[in-house]
Amino acid sequence: MKRFDYVRPATVAEAVAAAAEPGAAYLAGGTNLLDLMKSGAAAPGRLVDVSRLPGLDRIEELPDGGLRIGALVRNADLAHDSDFARRFPAIAEALLSGASAQLRNAATVGGNLLQRTRCAWFADPASACNRRAPGSGCDARGGDSRQQAVLGWNEACVATHPSDFCVPLAALDAVVEIEGRAGRRAVAFEDFHRLPGQTPERETTLAQGELVVALRLPAGAEAFSANARYLKVRERTSFAFAVVSAAAALRLEGGRIAEARLALGGVAAKPWRCPEAEALLAGRPPGPEAFRQAAEAALAEARAPGDNAFKIELARRTAARALTLALAGTPARVPALPASPFAPVPGALVHA
Amino acid sequence: MSFSISLSVNGVTREVALDDPRVTLLDLLRERLHLTGSKKGCDRGQCGACTVLLDGRRVNACLALAVACDGAEVVTIEGLAAQDPSGADGLHPVQAAFIAHDGFQCGFCTPGQIMSAVGLIREGQAGDDPERVREGMSGNLCRCGAYAGITEAVLEAQRVLTAGDAGHEQEDAA
Ligand SMILES: Cc1cc2nc3c(=O)[nH]c(=O)nc-3n(C[C@H](O)[C@H](O)[C@H](O)COP(=O)(O)OP(=O)(O)OC[C@H]3O[C@@H](n4cnc5c(N)ncnc54)[C@H](O)[C@@H]3O)c2cc1C
Ligand code: SF4
Ligand code: FES
Ligand code: FES
Repeated sequence: MKRFDYVRPATVAEAVAAAAEPGAAYLAGGTNLLDLMKSGAAAPGRLVDVSRLPGLDRIEELPDGGLRIGALVRNADLAHDSDFARRFPAIAEALLSGASAQLRNAATVGGNLLQRTRCAWFADPASACNRRAPGSGCDARGGDSRQQAVLGWNEACVATHPSDFCVPLAALDAVVEIEGRAGRRAVAFEDFHRLPGQTPERETTLAQGELVVALRLPAGAEAFSANARYLKVRERTSFAFAVVSAAAALRLEGGRIAEARLALGGVAAKPWRCPEAEALLAGRPPGPEAFRQAAEAALAEARAPGDNAFKIELARRTAARALTLALAGTPARVPALPASPFAPVPGALVHA
Repeated sequence: MSFSISLSVNGVTREVALDDPRVTLLDLLRERLHLTGSKKGCDRGQCGACTVLLDGRRVNACLALAVACDGAEVVTIEGLAAQDPSGADGLHPVQAAFIAHDGFQCGFCTPGQIMSAVGLIREGQAGDDPERVREGMSGNLCRCGAYAGITEAVLEAQRVLTAGDAGHEQEDAA
């Protein structure tokens, strides 16, 4: 690990000033950053420890009915906040399907959003990687492609964003509050993470030194609480990243879908919102036919960069199944195996 | 630059001068404080062998920087029995349950399993559902595959500890 200088500022303003220079990185829970520093994939010259900044560990009601979640709220505390889980059950389920209990106790809201791809070549400084070392190439091509993208990728980079939490956040129109030297700004979740384009090294809209201070969920997001699920397909039952995942939420009125939300994980460099699928579902009676058509629409542009074409059909089925589970209704409590395809709820088709 | 930190480890305040901020909490415990009960399996958050309680919550000591733990309260496997010696042979009830249920073979993962189980029981989310216990313990891998005994041990320890809590409540009420 490269040697670094460690500072622990007392205020947000001091933190933003301390991280202004290139080479400085924020340290929150450290569960992703330290991991990458050990392999040498990340080598910051300065760590700005934000884990104790005051005021960023709260969950607050907003006057307009929305909810504001501080960037330092721990993943476990958010998922186990019973009021939060009741209002935003798919987000709680996604959080609890991610990592392990130990990691969720340390991991923060901000760190989860900013976690880097799990692409194995990105984590290995001996490999060429455009995301880690711009212009060096991409050694992932031709390698194991199970964790690679099928949407939004290009020749520069085929990596995926690994977060579970971010998938329902994308579906529910979350907003990210950011503080920088120029003041505070708010960014729609859709615009926060970026596709590789010609600058895969720029993963988010954050500029050097900008700090995520909070996440907002709009008042309308709560309207889906009765029919909202997260479904995650992984290589083992628990403690594994998604191969493909889906967050699905329905607002039902008089036997029809008034409004649908759908986002996919594990398929692109960002959590992938599916507006075409949502438009197709609006106003229709829910059921297998509508769900399959929505899933087809969501994956219409998908292409496989390697041997991972199976992920395209897997993503369609995962999307349709997540919608089926959402229609069956949010369970009273997050299931024993959160987001697992092996934990069917009554009425759901296990092999839809 | 050197950093002096102060933290409570198993109830004892330790003042440590760190000449290098790269030291993890796990390396601090094992190499500087000679508490080698917490194990280094992967050093990457993937196995749970390094699990300790940090301010009462289970975390992976391999992914925490020691300097960031300044002022914290740490409990490791070495200090667990002193916290609650009500199990057989003066052990903590979770330790006693692991022995009673054969919750290990080689023992390498065991300190992490036990600290994780203590954290899980405190979190109070699993209840008596073995599926929730297995899921809640999935951050602790066991290469020997002692999982069946581990699940039984956690369930029994939880029964003992929650019965103890209920007993205290009754005493308080009386
Ligand atoms: C073994 C393992 C398994 C995992 N499995 C899963 C999984 O299944 N699903 C899943 O979703 N995640 C998984 N994770 C990832 C985990 O969720 C992240 O490591 C965690 O959320 C990161 O949060 P943190 O607070 O520890 O971030 P840190 O490691 O402290 O920071 C991560 C990055 O974010 C930056 N950062 C942190 N906070 C801010 C802020 N407020 N503003 C701006 N930048 C900031 C840091 O500079 C750093 O670049 C796993 C991790 C491990 C080690
Ligand atoms: S896929 Fe992206 S992250 Fe992985 S090696 Fe290629 S450029 Fe790097
Ligand atoms: S050594 Fe810390 S999780 Fe493996
Ligand atoms: S007892 Fe050997 S690794 Fe678990």
